[in-house]
Amino acid sequence: MAMALRTIGRRTSFLRRGFSSLSEATKAPTDGKLINLFSAINQALHIALDTDPRSYVFGEDVRFGGVFRCTTGLADKFGRNRVFNTPLCEQGIVGFAIGLAAMGNRAIAEIQFADYIYPAFDQIVNEAAKFRYRSGNEFNCGGLTVRTPYGAVGHGGHYHSQSPESFFCHVPGLKVVIPRSPFQAKGLLLSCIRDPNPVVFFEPKWLYRLAVEEVPQDDYMLPLSEAEVIRQGTDITLVGWGAQLSVLEQACEEAAKEGISCELIDLRTLIPWDKETVEASVRKTGKLLVSHEAPLTGGFGAEISASIAERCFLRLEAPVARICGLDTPFPLVYEQFYMPTKNKILDAIKATVKY
Amino acid sequence: MAAWFTRSSGLARLLSRRTTKMASPAIFGSGLGPLSSDPPMPAPGFGASSAGECLRSLRHLGSGKAGEMMSQVDDRCGDQMLDFPGGKVAFVPEMRFLPASPSERINCYRVLDYNGQTFSGSRFPEVGKEVAVKMYSDMITLQVMDTIFYEAQRQGRISFYLTSNGEEAINVASAAALTMDDIVFPQYREPGVLLWRGFTLHEFANQCFGNKLDYGKGRQMPIHYGSNRLNYYTVSSPIATQIPQAVGAAYSLKMDGKKACTITYFGDGASSEGDFHAALNFAAVLEVPVIFFCRNNGWAISTPTTEQFRSDGIVVRGQAYGIDSIRVDGNDALAVYNAVHAAREMAIQECKPIFIEALTYRAGHHSTSDDSTKYRSTDEIEHWRTARDPVSRFRKWVERNGWWSDAAEEEHRGNTRKELLRAILIAERAEKPPLSELFTDVYDHVPSNLHEQEKLLRETIKKHPVEYPSDVPV
Repeated sequence: MAMALRTIGRRTSFLRRGFSSLSEATKAPTDGKLINLFSAINQALHIALDTDPRSYVFGEDVRFGGVFRCTTGLADKFGRNRVFNTPLCEQGIVGFAIGLAAMGNRAIAEIQFADYIYPAFDQIVNEAAKFRYRSGNEFNCGGLTVRTPYGAVGHGGHYHSQSPESFFCHVPGLKVVIPRSPFQAKGLLLSCIRDPNPVVFFEPKWLYRLAVEEVPQDDYMLPLSEAEVIRQGTDITLVGWGAQLSVLEQACEEAAKEGISCELIDLRTLIPWDKETVEASVRKTGKLLVSHEAPLTGGFGAEISASIAERCFLRLEAPVARICGLDTPFPLVYEQFYMPTKNKILDAIKATVKY
Repeated sequence: MAAWFTRSSGLARLLSRRTTKMASPAIFGSGLGPLSSDPPMPAPGFGASSAGECLRSLRHLGSGKAGEMMSQVDDRCGDQMLDFPGGKVAFVPEMRFLPASPSERINCYRVLDYNGQTFSGSRFPEVGKEVAVKMYSDMITLQVMDTIFYEAQRQGRISFYLTSNGEEAINVASAAALTMDDIVFPQYREPGVLLWRGFTLHEFANQCFGNKLDYGKGRQMPIHYGSNRLNYYTVSSPIATQIPQAVGAAYSLKMDGKKACTITYFGDGASSEGDFHAALNFAAVLEVPVIFFCRNNGWAISTPTTEQFRSDGIVVRGQAYGIDSIRVDGNDALAVYNAVHAAREMAIQECKPIFIEALTYRAGHHSTSDDSTKYRSTDEIEHWRTARDPVSRFRKWVERNGWWSDAAEEEHRGNTRKELLRAILIAERAEKPPLSELFTDVYDHVPSNLHEQEKLLRETIKKHPVEYPSDVPV
């Protein structure tokens, strides 16, 4: 399995997908090492297990290190009781995790691909999300974190590429978090694990090996429900999350060459989301573009568009642009056509600015 | 996980072995060309045509790493025996399919006959006078509750109700065999477990009326009880979702070294859900102290078990997953008590799951929204309500021991009735939970979007107060 995944890394490098994940405002401290995103996740899991003896990591193929290597070394260090394989059954993994969390543990469950999270949908939506509310706070499963790799990877086709985040954004009681880089991934994952609410944490698998940045080795957390302005600008606001941030950033750079100043926001937490930061930015720029890999219709971009239209109607100088995946299943040979690529975004930036 | 990656995994292993010879990492991006000239990988002992296929078939069959399995092929077995993960498997020349079911049905453990007399040789030392009387009186209380709450729903005073008629023995006797440290993950037809643990009639009434004293803050339909104090996880309506959760909770008990188990209840219908199968398999593999208690009452709303499954009930599924399992007469309180008592001991001592299938009958309708005479005969219902009634059967045994009498019966029924009617009156008059509770407990703290929505809602209420129920304090 590891070999197959190394293949992904090699292939992606041919696509010259540039990456720079740090905002100008918040550079990582310099005591860190250059590591990739799966290593950052791995560090966060080491810290989570180390700092709380009531924490557990489990899922399919987790014990040997996971198909994406995120759980490497954990079983050796913390033992097979705390880091273990489960049978191949997503609804079982999440149901089990809810019960474990409900007993006061931190249950860190891995769903091997977000494309396979649907069998666990009922447990996540009807059980985890409502556990506290339906019991009047007699019980909660706040120690639950579901980690799962999502998104395009160059050759994943229908079932190794999906971005199902918007399904979960329609569920009160859940938090949905997506990091854009190794530094973000470590800090946000630790926050999710320690947050007293159930969280679905989507990891951009495209970036597992590709994204490399300096990450402090110590224990740190980044705030949930706080978006981050990672590039200041005056002409248009761009909003995205996860792997899409690197595409948006490239579009910003190209736009800058043509004299367009883009403000780029990483939403980071999709629910409950930081409307205020996006609103403040749009009040400044008067224009908004939202971009995600998931299909356009019913995607979380629609929610952002509607909310900003409500709050900034008189300030908006152009319709909100949404550059997203197509409303098709994720296609294999047509991946490049399906994707919200840099040039699609760039064209939309220009059209919106000139509107 | 999808077959695609499994296959690509097998392929990747193949590729990696071959490319080490060729020392050419470029092969990963260049298709399968070089493979065609390579000799096939040997696949000793498995008869598979390639290592890739071999790995796939192994993955189907079981646990362990492929590498380990390869090395486990034991030449000493010769061609009589296959040393395979899970144990040795004998080769036979005859082609025989396993029959769909064994020639005889799994038998059913019972202590009391229909006359409340014990079979000779039955052992039931655990149930003394005090426990037996509490068991019986709780069964009566449950009957009184069911009668009065059902009537209250018919009068429109509560929105919904669901009785446990016919399953009183299961409810109370299983609870009696546990300790308070054991954790309960109920479905919804087990209020007797909560009653046994000390949930008061007032607490039941508060939940059914959804008033401000309801622990669930009026958010769920009647009968969705829960109590942290009594280790009884709050009922949720979806079928079978609680079963894998009980397994996760049992894992916690195991890790904490507690001398306790979890028990989860569910019906025959739930045994068709994926969560049921997931839970049994997880429990067996992860070796956790959980008791799966299946109330096979013959009916999932209107669907009879003949349209639910073809197996010999549900007990055989426990064994299929590698779990010690037993079938008991669910209308025999002593049999249920003994089975759960023994199951608890085994689960905790040996740290493993136990499966119990209790044969019973849903003598009432599914719920107040159901009329079961539309799909089953009144004769059938009547037969189970009388000849096979678990409460009167247990009463005969308790009376025969001199622990119960007509006078005691009359007094207990009368007192319970009076107390419950009073609890209902109080619960009915109590305020509903305040509007602010609509927005709490979604998360540990109320997020800004909910603050915003609460503010908007309050403005709407001010404008249109008559649209909203007057008994919810705003």
